[in-house]
Amino acid sequence: MIKLGVPSKGRLMDKTFQWFEKRGVTLMRTGSDREYAGAVEGIDGVALVLLSAGEVPRELAAGRIHLGVTGTDLIHDKLPLWEQQVEPMAEMGFGHADLVLAVPKAWIDVDLTDDLDAAAAAFRAAHGFRLRIATKYHRLVRDFLRDAGVADYALVDSQGATEGTVANETAEAIADITSSGDTLRANHLKILSDGLILASQATLWRSRVAEVTDADRAVLATLLDRLGAD
Amino acid sequence: MTQARERAHALRDRFIAAGAQLVKPPILQPADLLLDLYGEDIRARAYVTSDALRGEQMLRPDFTVPVVQMHMANGADPARYTYAGKVFRRQEDDPDRANEYLQVGYELFDGTDPAAADAEVFALIADAVSPLNLRAATGDIGILMAAVDGLDTSERRKAALRRHIWRPRRFRALLDRFSGRSPVPETRAALLAGKAATDAPLTGLRRQSEIDARIAALQADAAEPPLSGAQMDSLDALLNVRETLPFALAQMHTLCADLPALRPAVKRIDARAEALSARGIDVDNLEFEASFGRTSMEYYDGFVFGFYAEQRPDLPPVASGGRYDALTRRLGQGQEIPAVGAVIRPGLMDELEGTA
Repeated sequence: MIKLGVPSKGRLMDKTFQWFEKRGVTLMRTGSDREYAGAVEGIDGVALVLLSAGEVPRELAAGRIHLGVTGTDLIHDKLPLWEQQVEPMAEMGFGHADLVLAVPKAWIDVDLTDDLDAAAAAFRAAHGFRLRIATKYHRLVRDFLRDAGVADYALVDSQGATEGTVANETAEAIADITSSGDTLRANHLKILSDGLILASQATLWRSRVAEVTDADRAVLATLLDRLGAD
Repeated sequence: MTQARERAHALRDRFIAAGAQLVKPPILQPADLLLDLYGEDIRARAYVTSDALRGEQMLRPDFTVPVVQMHMANGADPARYTYAGKVFRRQEDDPDRANEYLQVGYELFDGTDPAAADAEVFALIADAVSPLNLRAATGDIGILMAAVDGLDTSERRKAALRRHIWRPRRFRALLDRFSGRSPVPETRAALLAGKAATDAPLTGLRRQSEIDARIAALQADAAEPPLSGAQMDSLDALLNVRETLPFALAQMHTLCADLPALRPAVKRIDARAEALSARGIDVDNLEFEASFGRTSMEYYDGFVFGFYAEQRPDLPPVASGGRYDALTRRLGQGQEIPAVGAVIRPGLMDELEGTA
């Protein structure tokens, strides 16, 4: 049985269901609204696993699901050496979101990571601690800042309402996912000109480590062919 | 007892025989100090854990910091310490690199004769790994610092360069900007022309006075003449010095003509070469590379060295060390005790001998 992991709720689930539907594969939730059980119609040998989008990378890497739908951002952040564990099969054209580095719009002296580094050095000298950047994407942000040569910063964990941390004075800058930029603007933040850390969208991934029988292999080939993702 | 552990104990005993006192720092170290010293990068390299009482703790990524702390709190000068135990390094990119391994170290705190202290530590380590025929690489972060200090430019530019000595790419980008080789970014030009404005309210801890101060600094910097071509060429030549020690020294003496501030640092390397020679090191064949050690941890600020297995370029250095006077200054709250130290990885020695 080929196991397909998809997000279990919200817009991401609806869009995923539509994307498969368009390609002749019907995904549906079964049972009550609150029960996380699902079914697949239009192809035999495929089972639906409903998951939080954040858990899809882990399940793919563990080989507990063969295919999974989740954002590029989550794969890159949660799986070191992700290329060895999963393979992108199709970009699905929704769930567009960029991971960006943003600072208060009133910082007219800061437009590039280069400026951020200089501002961080001065901030640390003035305040006695490192300039704080709120994010939940620790690894991606740290790697990005290391490549950009930014020092004297500290990451602080923020699992939600990250744009509010600056006004609340728990961080001086943020790194978060944005699609329209509306929330950033509403919170008087601007994206650094070279502050795009990752451009992400919903993507269908194949696990490189999940075990497949000969029968599974055939089902997988048929499914990917149907999805135009082989 | 495992092979590596037996070897670790033998090395430790060798260091005790050389006059070192055995110390045993705890495995769990307070995270705030290490974070303050190394910045966020340390989180990518060390395991962090926590409890409600003590807050964040790190599994020791090295012994140097706790040994320095211990010495600054109650050590006598001079002092020699040794230790043998595991360090823990988080690995995010290379599954073949060990995330816990044994280290045996030797740390020497003695301000009377730095050249002799450097030579003592280097010779002791060279002797301990001598059966493996490793390639020794040496360098000196102090000479890079001296070169930066000696540039004819503003203190602010020098401070920016000093801050990024350990980030070669960033260091290069700064040099290119200060010498006028790279253009002024558009947004910077607009800011300098007074054309950057915003109606956004200022949020967060960074104050308007800090923004104004940075703009004033940028304006002052824009009025600063570019670094001279001659000094840039000398600095490039210095960064590219990679020779056996006598030839490297000859080149660096020549560079003193354009960068006279190098002279004291070059003299220190002269003295070190003599001290190494007196310890029986074949300095005529010892490699010196001015850029060596620039990508490792930030605390080395003088002599740096590493021992590498030439047939196994995939392996990290079997032994490495250097001088870290600035670290003792940071941890000593004002007092400073010149210090130099090194570690050996007995597990790698076993691997190279084919006995692991």
